[in-house]
Amino acid sequence: MSTTTSDTPTTSGTGTPRRPEDASTAGPSTPGAVQPPAGRRLATGLRSRLPSAAGWRGTASTLALALPVPVLGILLWHVGVQQGWTLPFGIQMAFLPTPAAVLTRMIDISVGGQIDDAFSGTLIEHLTASTGRVLTGFGIAAATAIPLGVLMGRFTVVFRLLDPVINLVRPIPVTAWAPLALLIIGFGDRSTIFLVFLAAFFPILLNTIAGVRRVPVRLLEAAAMLGTKQAQVLYKVVLPSAMHSIVGGLRIALGLAWVILVVGETVGISTGLGSMITQARDMSKTDLIVAGMVVIGLAGFLADRLLVLLVKVATRGRPTLS
Amino acid sequence: MPRIGNDRAPQPATIRAVDLGKRYGSPGAGGVQAMAGVDLDVAAGEFVTVVGASGCGKSTLLRIIAGFEPATDGTITVADEQITGPGPDRGVVFQDYGLFPWLTVSENIAYGPRQKRYPSAVVGEKTTRVLEAVGLTRFARSYPGQLSGGMQQRVAIARVLANDPAVMLMDEPFGALDALTRSAMQAELSRIHRETGTTVLFVTHSIEEAVVLADRVVVMAGGASHGVPGHIREIVPVPLARERDATSPEFNELKRHIAALVHEGVEAAA
Ligand SMILES: Nc1ncnc2c1ncn2[C@@H]1O[C@H](COP(=O)(O)OP(=O)(O)OP(=O)(O)O)[C@@H](O)[C@H]1O
Ligand SMILES: [Mg+2]
Repeated sequence: MSTTTSDTPTTSGTGTPRRPEDASTAGPSTPGAVQPPAGRRLATGLRSRLPSAAGWRGTASTLALALPVPVLGILLWHVGVQQGWTLPFGIQMAFLPTPAAVLTRMIDISVGGQIDDAFSGTLIEHLTASTGRVLTGFGIAAATAIPLGVLMGRFTVVFRLLDPVINLVRPIPVTAWAPLALLIIGFGDRSTIFLVFLAAFFPILLNTIAGVRRVPVRLLEAAAMLGTKQAQVLYKVVLPSAMHSIVGGLRIALGLAWVILVVGETVGISTGLGSMITQARDMSKTDLIVAGMVVIGLAGFLADRLLVLLVKVATRGRPTLS
Repeated sequence: MPRIGNDRAPQPATIRAVDLGKRYGSPGAGGVQAMAGVDLDVAAGEFVTVVGASGCGKSTLLRIIAGFEPATDGTITVADEQITGPGPDRGVVFQDYGLFPWLTVSENIAYGPRQKRYPSAVVGEKTTRVLEAVGLTRFARSYPGQLSGGMQQRVAIARVLANDPAVMLMDEPFGALDALTRSAMQAELSRIHRETGTTVLFVTHSIEEAVVLADRVVVMAGGASHGVPGHIREIVPVPLARERDATSPEFNELKRHIAALVHEGVEAAA
């Protein structure tokens, strides 16, 4: 897709979230996602929709290339801890747990039976609490930002009314909202959900606006001359055409939601992955901190994959939508 | 040969422009007078092509009839009705196709009939018939992005035909195609026109294409960049029988005559 560079979704001010990858890197065996450029690509176009031997070989070679670097990294980590290396920024590897210790801790918090302390077997509880907050905040953000973005993208008046306000509020890092949120909302679920909502809101909004404004005029003209009623243009043309950009915004927002979760769960909350990490810090349990970090990373990754899968299923793998 | 369109014969419509003019931009000094004083009468079922140098207002004329742009002077009617906006009675075929990339070929074609809320059996039957007419039955379930340019343009034509348009408006539809595909598409369009009897207004830069297809060729001249608003220089009838031989002396005589008109138009304005 040659337009992907201009489609790079806009991020909000906090952190550096994972960018949604270009569709062409999504794996050679992804059925239906391949959209060859106009031209004599018919044969390849049809063939690439079927999973093939070549596709599986492609997956194998992707794996072969993806594995060596992490394996080497874990190896170096282990050696570094044993030898007590000092890295740039004054990182003292001696204070780090070994990969094996982290693995033990992860098994322990998942199913118990290894370390047997207050954290044994509590992972599911923390993970459920965190996931609930992420999904609630993210859900509210999507449910408000997409309609608002459509309005702002479609109607110049609405855009000019709201754009200045948004540009003033958006640069404030969500982390800077955290102390205020605690004071005006109080400890507990709601202030964390509010922070997640804030973090997720702007990427979705900005990408929706951009997607809606980029709807090709030609498609609007085509819809008009085919007799599309004004009220239907939104569903028939604008949303399908802006879909790609909106999904990009959702993915960035979901990534940010997990980032901000840890901040939101630092104070006054006893469940959640962020709270688990905070308690681990107070007890200097570095293996638990790293285990918590790994879980958050995995959860964020899985959430992103799940979102992509969901979109693909909902749009039945149609080109330019998923 | 399958019949195209509705069981009721589609009603081709007349197009009538009287003293038509178009000014882009502000009515004051900032505007551009793109076109002025265009009088044109197209009979129902007639095939009219429009040629002329770049910027002489061919697309402007077409877009006014399509309802995408309002005229700023004069009147324009299709089937004796004033144009107020785009509508399915006037099918437009764009040079860049304008197909919906997220819909399959058959869904693109079924789009218009579905907007008219025809029962799904009727929609399906129309789609099948039109697909067959443009020879794309095998590609019904492909997406536009998987097709060649020529095939995409056939889908665009089929999509318009499925709406039983009274008028077809085509703006350099074959401009992006290679010579071979182009002449095949011309033959196909001629056949479709014969079968449907739809009125066609067809803009092209190729004088040969204009003569091959048309009952009459409208030669336009001028244009905002020449300091003269775009206008009709001459309307040349093509009295040749169908299945035209592009190598015949009569054909070439017409071509030369029209080419001279187009070039004079440019020089006179310069
Ligand atoms: N939306 C617009 N705003 C301002 N000026 C325009 C607009 N569209 C066309 N024009 C001007 O009007 C004149 C006629 O344009 P038009 O596109 O109708 O020419 P054309 O004959 O179709 O040219 P071409 O053969 O290059 O397609 C040109 O001078 C062009 O610059
Ligand atoms: Mg033009």
